[in-house]
Amino acid sequence: MIATAIAFYVFASITIAAGFMVIASRNPVHSVLFLILAFFNAAALFVLMGAEFLALILVIVYVGAVAVLFLFVVMMLDVDFAEMREGILQYMPVGALVGIMLLIELGLVLGAWVISPEAGASMAAPMPDIGQVENTRALGRLIYTQYAYLFQTAGLILLVAMIGAIVLTLRPKNPRLKRQVIADQVGRTRAEAVEMRDVEPGQGL
Amino acid sequence: MADFITTYGIPLAIIIGQSLALLISLLLFTAYVLLADRKIWAAVQMRRGPNVVGPFGLFQSFADLLKFVFKEMVIPSGANKGVFLLAPLVTVTLSLSAFAVIPLDARMVLSDINVGVLYIFAISSLGVYGVIMAGWASNSKYPFLSALRSAAQMVSYEVSIGFVIVTVLMTAGSLNLSDIVNAQKTVWFFIPHFPMFVIFFISALAETNRPPFDLVEAESELVAGFMVEYASTPYMMFMLGEYVAIILMCAMTTILFLGGWLPPFEFLSFIPGIIWFLLKVAAVFFMFAMVKAFVPRYRYDQLMRLGWKVFLPFSLFWVVLTAGVLVGFGWVPHG
Repeated sequence: MIATAIAFYVFASITIAAGFMVIASRNPVHSVLFLILAFFNAAALFVLMGAEFLALILVIVYVGAVAVLFLFVVMMLDVDFAEMREGILQYMPVGALVGIMLLIELGLVLGAWVISPEAGASMAAPMPDIGQVENTRALGRLIYTQYAYLFQTAGLILLVAMIGAIVLTLRPKNPRLKRQVIADQVGRTRAEAVEMRDVEPGQGL
Repeated sequence: MADFITTYGIPLAIIIGQSLALLISLLLFTAYVLLADRKIWAAVQMRRGPNVVGPFGLFQSFADLLKFVFKEMVIPSGANKGVFLLAPLVTVTLSLSAFAVIPLDARMVLSDINVGVLYIFAISSLGVYGVIMAGWASNSKYPFLSALRSAAQMVSYEVSIGFVIVTVLMTAGSLNLSDIVNAQKTVWFFIPHFPMFVIFFISALAETNRPPFDLVEAESELVAGFMVEYASTPYMMFMLGEYVAIILMCAMTTILFLGGWLPPFEFLSFIPGIIWFLLKVAAVFFMFAMVKAFVPRYRYDQLMRLGWKVFLPFSLFWVVLTAGVLVGFGWVPHG
């Protein structure tokens, strides 16, 4: 158990430190890299809890895809740091408000856990013991039976979002723009493509 | 305290010993795979290839290693120093760490986790960070263009690789790599899933930035891509990471489609499984090397078209088809 505890404190403290550096570091690219470090350590915490499926999905989806696109965008942006720092006092009250609200909500959640242990017990009940069934299977059983409709709804929402993104970026076809038609290229015969000419010496075509 | 040593000390020592053994044999294998790549390429072009260091040039990779290590390390003055040096480390560490879950033989695997496929997929999808970080930290035009190209390319082909993996694990009924190999005892998966085998092979070429999809380091357009500003040991680490990632993709093709350590015929099972595994990996790598020698480089829009408009719809269709067949004939593994 000592090793687990040590591992927990190492991963948790790195997560918090990385999370702090995300907002504290001056270079936005460094911020994104620290965000990735935070994701990684959060995944490690999931593994410690025996939720290896969630851990790897976190790495694949957030680190492997979402954060790559973050990094992509942040690198392309030409950020003016001086201008950014001027506005910071103006946005401070709103940011502080959101932060305080989040803090209160977290406090409520954790407080409920401490005040009434039975609430926590009922929450953890549906999951079978980790020793009996591996969590990939347990998650699959739950999602595709009990919560099948919610799962489908989530899929539908994603589909709508995807169509929305495509519609936003769709541009009308420019008639002057030439596009490659691969079927035409492949379908070209020798007769159309090659022409034999007799070239007289010293005259050219 | 003695209790502490027996609970943690001895298992830790065993794990470290196993990891070191795997690491060293993997690096030796990589050295010869690199040489084989150059030799095959040379043979196709009717050259001799490296043939000076050692008999038949067998020690060429080690000579190259020494050369790179003793060269001067140059860090551009405009570079972001920390990220610049972190990038090759990330590349090498990620590609080496993926081998922790690769089963070389029955029960011969460093860590037999039950989500092995996802682990490999996660690690290989992180490979792009080495390239992006190098491209950005170099603070130079060609590396940056290369980083942007690689980000788009690797994210695109990961999608089709993901669907290929989904079909295989639906058929095998497990995310554990050893279970996937054992599920192929009756028939290797490349026979029922032949189109997916082809898609996986081509996507693996794109994911590892091998020719014909090496637009990330296309020398006629981008000089050497994200590696332009690198020299000496960091450059060598990029090359090493790249080749280890290629071996990883060969090993994945072997495990997912070619039956891993299983012999092709039952009467050949007296030959140890690890030999079959290595032979299959070498055969897949031979195909990788031949593609590099034969096929001209793709154009970038063709690459994107192939990934999104050909592979993605087809593999999606194949996932649905596989699921339908499995359910329709009652072949779903584990009920």
